Amino acid sequence: MESVEIEFTALPAHVRTARLVASAVARQCGVDEAVLDEVRLAVGEACSRAVELHAREAPDRPVMVIFADAPGRFTVAIRDRLPVASAQAVAASAAAATARGDARLSDQPGEPKGASGQAVAASAAAVTAGGDARPSDQPGEPNLGRSSAEEPDETEIRLAVLTGLVDDLEIEPLETGTEIRMSWPASGRLRTGARPLIPR
Amino acid sequence: MDLTLSTRTQGDRTIVEVGGEIDVYTAPKLRERLVDLVTAGNYHLIVDMEGVEFLDSTGLGVLVGGLKRVRAHDGSLRLVCTQERILKIFRITGLTKVFPIHSTVEEAVEAVD
Repeated sequence: MESVEIEFTALPAHVRTARLVASAVARQCGVDEAVLDEVRLAVGEACSRAVELHAREAPDRPVMVIFADAPGRFTVAIRDRLPVASAQAVAASAAAATARGDARLSDQPGEPKGASGQAVAASAAAVTAGGDARPSDQPGEPNLGRSSAEEPDETEIRLAVLTGLVDDLEIEPLETGTEIRMSWPASGRLRTGARPLIPR
Repeated sequence: MDLTLSTRTQGDRTIVEVGGEIDVYTAPKLRERLVDLVTAGNYHLIVDMEGVEFLDSTGLGVLVGGLKRVRAHDGSLRLVCTQERILKIFRITGLTKVFPIHSTVEEAVEAVD
């Protein structure tokens, strides 16, 4: 298995670099061109989430991203390095958001997949309507309706986008932070070892 | 690719033409522009997204924030977007139900609630 790893200071300016590397490596691994936008967005969301969490908790620690070509799959792992206690709390809420998304996948194309997307819309509607409706009062819904916030909580929107976008998504709490793993089908046809350099 | 912004008025509508990438790094610039416009008394905004090459949830958050601000003054925030890859993000998050999305600036200018 070949891999590319990048580590960057947790600053918004570097998220674009991570997206560019994601596109380049995905293309190299033979990910379909039509899926590259999705890869770019998903990697960007996961990295932005890590950067925002680091800014609050651990600005000096870098974010790590590992791209690899498993057989038939292009895999990406994004690791934040938060202190254990906050990492566990974040991972727990992230896992809960993912579970909700998975449990209520919509088969209709064009419809928001799962509850998280609808919760974002409901929250946005509530926010713009003046904040009387409180979607967050419903148990099990992401707490997007913090009406004191100028914008809906971006970390929650990010998870909504990720769960709606990526079919194969896992969020795992590690001892040293959280790891978000995603993968997409890949032909592997452009792997450096996949074919001889000189055609026979 | 940085974010580019240009603003013009047409009647009582203010059109913000956005180009480039709206992400965690560039979104504050868009947020600032929308806040400034509302502070200056422009409550009917049209955000033209046809030149946008990338949009993430930070950008969505900024647009929702803008909508909240104009609604506080009985205003409106309309989007112009025909790009499938951008529209997809609004659909995933259910925000197509929150924002009026038009295919041309002219259509958005003429639209009434």
